[in-house]
Order: sequence, then C-alpha cells, then structure tokens
Amino acid sequence: MKTAVIVFPGSNRDRDMFHALELITGARPQSVWHTESTLPDVDLVVVPGGFSYGDYLRSGAIAARSPILNDLVAKADSGVSVLGVCNGFQILTEAGLLPGALMRNAGLTFVCKEVMMETVNNATRFSSKFTEGQVWRCPVAHHDGNYFADEATLARIEDNGQVVFRYADGTNPNGSINDIAGITNDKGNVLGMMPHPENLVEPLNGGLDGRLLFESLLNKAA
Amino acid sequence: MKARVIVTLKNGVLDPQGKAIEGALGGLGFGDVGSVRQGKVFDVELTGANKDAARAELEQMCEKLLANTVIENYAIEIA
Repeated sequence: MKTAVIVFPGSNRDRDMFHALELITGARPQSVWHTESTLPDVDLVVVPGGFSYGDYLRSGAIAARSPILNDLVAKADSGVSVLGVCNGFQILTEAGLLPGALMRNAGLTFVCKEVMMETVNNATRFSSKFTEGQVWRCPVAHHDGNYFADEATLARIEDNGQVVFRYADGTNPNGSINDIAGITNDKGNVLGMMPHPENLVEPLNGGLDGRLLFESLLNKAA
Repeated sequence: MKARVIVTLKNGVLDPQGKAIEGALGGLGFGDVGSVRQGKVFDVELTGANKDAARAELEQMCEKLLANTVIENYAIEIA
C-alpha cells in the first residue's frame, strides 16, 4: 500500500504517523509539504496531528486553505482513502471534506490521556479488521475535539453509518455530541478521528490496538 | 475603507468558553449576568472605495475563511 503524509507548519504528529505507516505497510510514506500543488499517486493520504498554524483563527482553518488541499479534495472525490487524525480531523472538517465541526473541549482543558473506543461500524475500509462493537484503547491529546453537527446533519450521518468510532465506557474526554470520536464522509473513503491510532502500534507503545485501523486499510489495498 | 466583521456562534451551539467567562463574571460579583456568548472581531482595511463591492468581497471572505458557517454567523459593518 502506497501512502503519503501532508505536512503543515506546526504539524507535530507527522513523524509518529510516518513510523506507524512504515511499520505496518513495509514501505516508506511520501512526505508532501503543504505548498505543493499535487499529491503523489498513492492509496492513502494522511493528514496528521499537530497545531498547524498555531491553531490561529480556528483549529485547522488556515491549513484547510493550503494549496495542497485542492488536490486532496480532488483525490478524495476520486475515491482515494484519506485519513485525518486530531488536527487532521479538524482540517478535513474545515475543508468541507467531512461534516460538522470540532469545538473547544467541554471541560476547556487540553486532554492528554487514554480513552476507550467502540467500533460501531466495521463495514468501512478503515474498520474492517475490528469486530462490530469492539472496544479498544486509544490515546487522545487535544484541546479542540468536541465534535458538533446540527441536528439534521447528525441524523444524516447516524442513519448513514458514518459514525465509525464512539468513545466508550464513559470516557468521552471532550463533550462530543453522541460520543462521536470518528466519522467518515458519505462515500466512506474519508475518515476523521480525534484519537491517535498511530500511537498504539507496537509493544513499546504499550499496546497494538491502533494497528487494526491501518491493517483494515492494508486489507482494502490488497 | 475600514470594515469590521463580527463572528458569533450560532444559537444552539454550545459555547464552553462563554460559559466559563459567565462563571468568572459571577465570581467577581456581577450578579445580574444572565449569559455570555463569546465571538471574534476582525478589523479589515480595504483599498477600494466602492462600499457595495467591499461588502460583497467581505461576504466572500467570511464564507471562505473568517467564519465557519457550520457553527458561526457573521455580520459586516462598513465605516
């Protein structure tokens, strides 16, 4: 599986994502600077976590207007898999590739801890290696992860099975509506999530729970 | 030409920061604060002289960047 990671000024989880992708796919991801105009021909484009542009204006707002985003939107429209983690999720919502918005955490504090995730839809290319209802561990580290969508949008994404991951066991760390932790677009080829699966992929991380997400994508590319 | 853009959260969108400010005002003894919603103000200086054209351009700026219309409303004032 060929992969690329977009890097913005202020991205800081890009190297973690690089490491996870190389470990799991066996191939080195390509790094793409935000000012470039075209993405390489890959199976998966990742928008990594961090604080692009220092979260100025709104988290992800400036990065979502970067030159490379035009081609990201085109690639997403053509069916390429796109994964946004943390700031990447914020960027994808700001760019209109995913519905809703990510607001300041309800508790107002930055949260850096482990949460429990429930895979509520395992019929997506990002979740096929999980069992339906599987509860797994995943780290979070964010200040603006409080997912919000208006009533009509929320009803639509829930009915469409676009909610893929929810915070489980009362571990919702940010006040997200319906405990939403990760959603896809209506076609199912773009996923955004606040937790960091790339940080739980080898024994040194203390667990392997995050691998299943990447292995699902490998499965799709195979 | 000077313009001011005011961006506020839509009704129904939770505003935890506004709530915290509301609580702090109460703590300072301002007992008659019903609620607080916070927003943003942008002062934009434009080089053109046509107010209608400026308003149209500012609307585009709001739609494309200054506001996230999923959660925010905007208002434009031209001096």
